[in-house]
Amino acid sequence: MRVKSLAELNKIKQSAISAVRPRLHRDAPTEEKNILVCGGTGCLANNSDKIIQILTALLKTRGMAGQVKVVRTGCFGFCEQGPIVKIEPDNVFYVRVGLKDVKEIVEEHIMKGKRVDRLLYEDPRIKEKVHTQEEMTFYKKQLRVALRNCGLINPEDIYEYIALGGYEALGKALTQMSRDEVIETIKKSGLRGRGGGGFPTGLKWEITKQQEDEVKFIICNADEGDPGAFMDRSILEGDPHSVIEAMAIGAYAIGADKGIVYIRAEYPLAISRLTTAMEQARELGFLGKEIFGTSFNFDIRLKYGAGAFVCGEETALINSCEGKRGEPNYKPPYPAEEGYWGHPTCVNNVETFANIPVIISRGADWFAAMGTEKSKGTKVFALAGKINNVGLVEVPMGITLREIIFDIGGGIPNGKKFKAVQTGGPSGGVITEKDLDTPIDYDNLLEIGSMMGSGGMIVMDEDDNMVNIAKFYLEFTMDEACGRCVPGRIGTKRLFEMLHKITSGQATMADLDALKQLAYMVKDSSLCGLCQTAPNPIISTMKHFWPEYLAFVKDVDHPRGEGRYVPKNKIGLKS
Amino acid sequence: MTQPQEIDVTKPLEREFSKEKYDQLESFINSLETTKGALIEILHKAQDIFGYLSRDVQLFIARKLGIPGAEVHGVVSFYSYFTTKPSGIHTINICMGTACFVRGADKIAERFKERLGIESNETTGDGLFTIKDVRCIGACGLAPVVMVDDKVYGKVKVEDVDDIINTYRRTGGAVCG
Ligand SMILES: Cc1cc2nc3c(=O)[nH]c(=O)nc-3n(C[C@H](O)[C@H](O)[C@H](O)COP(=O)(O)O)c2cc1C
Ligand code: SF4
Ligand code: FES
Ligand code: FES
Repeated sequence: MRVKSLAELNKIKQSAISAVRPRLHRDAPTEEKNILVCGGTGCLANNSDKIIQILTALLKTRGMAGQVKVVRTGCFGFCEQGPIVKIEPDNVFYVRVGLKDVKEIVEEHIMKGKRVDRLLYEDPRIKEKVHTQEEMTFYKKQLRVALRNCGLINPEDIYEYIALGGYEALGKALTQMSRDEVIETIKKSGLRGRGGGGFPTGLKWEITKQQEDEVKFIICNADEGDPGAFMDRSILEGDPHSVIEAMAIGAYAIGADKGIVYIRAEYPLAISRLTTAMEQARELGFLGKEIFGTSFNFDIRLKYGAGAFVCGEETALINSCEGKRGEPNYKPPYPAEEGYWGHPTCVNNVETFANIPVIISRGADWFAAMGTEKSKGTKVFALAGKINNVGLVEVPMGITLREIIFDIGGGIPNGKKFKAVQTGGPSGGVITEKDLDTPIDYDNLLEIGSMMGSGGMIVMDEDDNMVNIAKFYLEFTMDEACGRCVPGRIGTKRLFEMLHKITSGQATMADLDALKQLAYMVKDSSLCGLCQTAPNPIISTMKHFWPEYLAFVKDVDHPRGEGRYVPKNKIGLKS
Repeated sequence: MTQPQEIDVTKPLEREFSKEKYDQLESFINSLETTKGALIEILHKAQDIFGYLSRDVQLFIARKLGIPGAEVHGVVSFYSYFTTKPSGIHTINICMGTACFVRGADKIAERFKERLGIESNETTGDGLFTIKDVRCIGACGLAPVVMVDDKVYGKVKVEDVDDIINTYRRTGGAVCG
């Protein structure tokens, strides 16, 4: 059946709501229960699929399958505590659920209505059990916009997405708004691209629309090359329809009828959920011809990446989409002017897209009310490293790093001291104690010598040696530099070799000077963003942790601390 | 050696694959609407079918698409996901992403290499294991992470390495999940 109008969509929504009612109307007494089990990559690795199997089987033998529904959702964000099982409408959040706990959940909680306290999260600071998600410090300061449906709906069931208002924004845009109105709304919302650069999304759409060409494309950048970040993956796994809906809205606005999702081949679960979602969207007519009974046609296909970080860069991505080596091109022309097969192409990031449907539904003002003056809305961060609550967090722009690390992240494990946090992945820099109270947004992070990037946030404690960390990042960029330009190809290699010389205790003060000089040279002369930003970890660790560099030069036996990095690349190195 | 060697160019240089596999690849290529821009897609498919992209397979694709073999090889060598060597029965992917690194992935990698006596991208003599470094499996919450075939092991400690290896040793090729 194809949905031809908003009224028809609304009818489907009304009947779909019953399936999610226990999750939405906690106050309305109901016999029905939903058991939400996390089906994100982290929890799946801890047997959450088997938990679902056992739950379903137990409920069946107890004759409760009718009233109790088991739902496999996307990531809840609190991956450190996985596998996570949440029971609604009771609003009880169980953590670290093992296979042997499942029987107790069914017999005690479901049958007798008694909470299994043993499985609740214990707040380490107050040493008390916390019953609901809302009470946990991990969730208290979060604001979920892009992740709104992750951990709430079954990503493989389009009706659950519709029950929560899904595809209404697309219907609204197509039947009630002109293309310019859509673009105007996105511009007014202040949404900036979440892929790293922070370019205003509405403006990019406008530029693409203005190009005179019959053929245009919209591309979703799901390459996510930043090692240590998994937000795009979680969105695609937990809420693929929001990305599909957003791409259709964007395509309408810029005048494209074909879309591509460029996704890493290493993300099999995201690929499978996205494929399922696309099939369902086609069946209901949200992709295909004459969407919502209008003359707008649009469809999406997948293209697989093949493991090259530089392919996240938009011009390289387009070359890769065309089946070539993923080497970047000079800009201008920008993809919005001349992209896929020479046609105007709008490339946006997954998280950027995930924000679009809510902006259209709830309005630009609603979105612009969140965040700081120049960075509106929220940002998803992948919090990892030496931190208690590893996971995915979404916070309003303007929150401080201290709040993220110490309130949401629960501080540093094992009583160790905080040392630094690297934001922005390999392109970013370290931030130390003194800047922890800076409100986070695109501009402030640049000002304190780092950047937003895609949102990887790696916390380091006193055991980490910062020269080794810089060396780790440099080996990454050296490996990943495509070699197209000389500063990128040779510069990153020399930088890495110099760092290696330093950490193996063979360097002199003159080498430190040379390192600094070369770092700036590579930064200023490389062709694309990859190697232009590659020296950032060196520059920022030299600035903040100069004594650690000195220690390697002046005292070879200086304790190096954990994280001592043994390079994989032995070519040309004497160690 | 300064003299050119005599070689028999008609003799295949590598282990031959069955005709069915080539047929499977050929029918995939024939099913494409257009081969324009489809090289990477075809290579993905070929690697699915053959397990790796041998010289012969690369040449087969080049001829089929009417493009130079060098172009195919240029693409294959650019992307780390493509491999030109056969891998062992089990692939041990050790995550070398930042989140895993700061939680000690390098020590885990060292232990695997020491126990199996191979470096990354190498295969053990018995053909059982291949070690690969990967960049972020996307389960950073469980760092350090090791993925053997499709199974993800989270929060791996150096002491766990022997157990993981043994799980796959004991049962030879027949381990699942
Ligand atoms: C080396 C490099 C790697 C990049 N990797 C990614 C990536 O993995 N995902 C992404 O969305 N953007 C990545 N970008 C940014 C893209 O080039 C592009 O700016 C972005 O996809 C635009 O989308 P947005 O405007 O929604 O942020 C990368 C840029 C560079 C220079
Ligand atoms: S800067 Fe680096 S990644 Fe970019 S073109 Fe040059 S070598 Fe390639
Ligand atoms: S994977 Fe389950 S909470 Fe993230
Ligand atoms: S860094 Fe290892 S899984 Fe992400």
